[in-house]
Amino acid sequence: MAITEDAPPGTDTEPPGPPTDARSDPPQDSRPGPPQAPRSDPPPDRAGLRLSSPLVLVLTLLLAVLAQSPLRGLLGTPAMQSWTTVFVAVTVQALPFLVLGVLLSAAIAVFVPASFFARALPRRPALAVPVAGIAGAVLPGCECASVPVAGALVRRGVAPAAALAFLLSAPAVNPVVLTATAVAFPGHPEMVLARFLASLLVACVMGWLWQRLGRTDWLRPPAHGAHEGRSKGEAFWGSVRHDVMHAGGFLVLGATAAATLKAAVPADWLRTAAATPLLSVLALAGLAVLLSICSEADAFVAASLTQFSPTAKLVFLVVGPMIDLKLFAMQAGTFGRAFALRFAPATFALAVTGAVLTGAVLL
Amino acid sequence: MNRQAQAAVLFLLGGALLHAGATDLYLRYVKEGLRPLLLASGAVLIAAALATAWYERRRDRRPGSHEHPEPRVAWLLLLPLLALILIAPPALGSYSALRSGTALQKPYAYGPLPAGDPVPLSVVDYASRAAYGHGRALHGRQVRVTGFLALDRSGTAYLVRMALNCCAADAQPVKIALTGTLPPVLRPDAWLEVTGTYTPRLARDPVNNGPVPYLKVTSARPVPTPRDPYDETWNN
Repeated sequence: MAITEDAPPGTDTEPPGPPTDARSDPPQDSRPGPPQAPRSDPPPDRAGLRLSSPLVLVLTLLLAVLAQSPLRGLLGTPAMQSWTTVFVAVTVQALPFLVLGVLLSAAIAVFVPASFFARALPRRPALAVPVAGIAGAVLPGCECASVPVAGALVRRGVAPAAALAFLLSAPAVNPVVLTATAVAFPGHPEMVLARFLASLLVACVMGWLWQRLGRTDWLRPPAHGAHEGRSKGEAFWGSVRHDVMHAGGFLVLGATAAATLKAAVPADWLRTAAATPLLSVLALAGLAVLLSICSEADAFVAASLTQFSPTAKLVFLVVGPMIDLKLFAMQAGTFGRAFALRFAPATFALAVTGAVLTGAVLL
Repeated sequence: MNRQAQAAVLFLLGGALLHAGATDLYLRYVKEGLRPLLLASGAVLIAAALATAWYERRRDRRPGSHEHPEPRVAWLLLLPLLALILIAPPALGSYSALRSGTALQKPYAYGPLPAGDPVPLSVVDYASRAAYGHGRALHGRQVRVTGFLALDRSGTAYLVRMALNCCAADAQPVKIALTGTLPPVLRPDAWLEVTGTYTPRLARDPVNNGPVPYLKVTSARPVPTPRDPYDETWNN
């Protein structure tokens, strides 16, 4: 945490200025230049920052290397060790998929003309939503890849409703994840069907809901000013760099939360929760959010929760790829906090409802 | 963070992924099948770092170019980087194993026992044959199982293997309770190769009430941590 605060040393030292100004007027008049220069005139301040951030980076790395043995001692207890292992594991597991998604999104942003999506998707958003939802099946991999791709789709002029349907359906309905589900539930093909249908249903309903109620000012227009007037190569790599740094940072934030909660949640309460149907559905929905397991692996975890009903397991499988701590952090980073704060609870409620309804019919 | 610093972080991150993928370090955290993806993404990150540094040099010569404010959240990427390079935490061990219930499930079918005496079996294989197959094929046979030790509060010794599907976040333990002649000193997390025979005794995991079969140990010897500390076979 301290690392993030160290970053902008220049900006933090400025505020103490004004209080002294109020007391002594004449001296303040005699030297207005230096204190106000950074505020009114950004370039010199930027130049200072430009020098400082590699410096801060080097200092941080040096400090970490020097403090290596105390750090290890601090992380030596079994609880901290398993926390660190889970934290590193979530990050290492998600990074390749994030990179895949970032490459795809950069390719969409730079090489695919906006007119392609206008032609490929039906003009009416109400029709574009289910088409985009089904198109989610072509993106193999887990949810970390879908966030940057959905961001690139919005930037490319795809209706947000359709892009959001894609965002929600892609991690759950692709063949890799469905195969993993079939393997995890041998002899229960209805589970695979239920997962596919429920995920698609919730994704489409969320898309339509956004089309009815959503407002564009909730979506933060992604700041990608770096593309204009450059070569395609520069734009491509600029987009890759920006997205990895940005989404990667939020991925780390989510991994921290997931590792902490995995260490903090006692396993006992699951057994008490499994006893009542309502509580078991809510417990597994909450667990899916907290654990932030990759959608390729969540079916195995669901299968091992043997105390729970099939419907509760289906809720786990539908909620997890759509909304969890890691995804929330990444969505907030890509689309803005105002969006994520509205989108996440709505997704959660709809995913639970959709999964319970599907489970009641199919399972 | 400006672009030069970002290039440095990208480079280090890519290097760390390549290092983890090229050695067996990655097996502590993720499944073996992820290796090609890890190596590829490490290479992409390094390429992105080099491209960033290259375009940054050219941009400096161009007049009138200015820098966009860059996200501060990117500094967080240093955390997994440092954790991976400096600390390299070990694979999940007895602490996690005792916190979660055994993940043993009724298998589809039992393959024939492998040849050999003692019969080499995985923890999962022995546990499912003992718990669900009533040890039918195991009568009168010596078996050899490898796993790490976990000791619960009452002092019962378990031989555990964490079963993994994707990454350590979803790893779940499969446990065998040990009885018979155990080594005098038992250290949690130590890897043991245990030789023993089937016994019908069955306990229940206090966490999730799952079945924990017993193994009657005749001899045990310490072994080094296996290359892949997790069991990735049981549901793939």
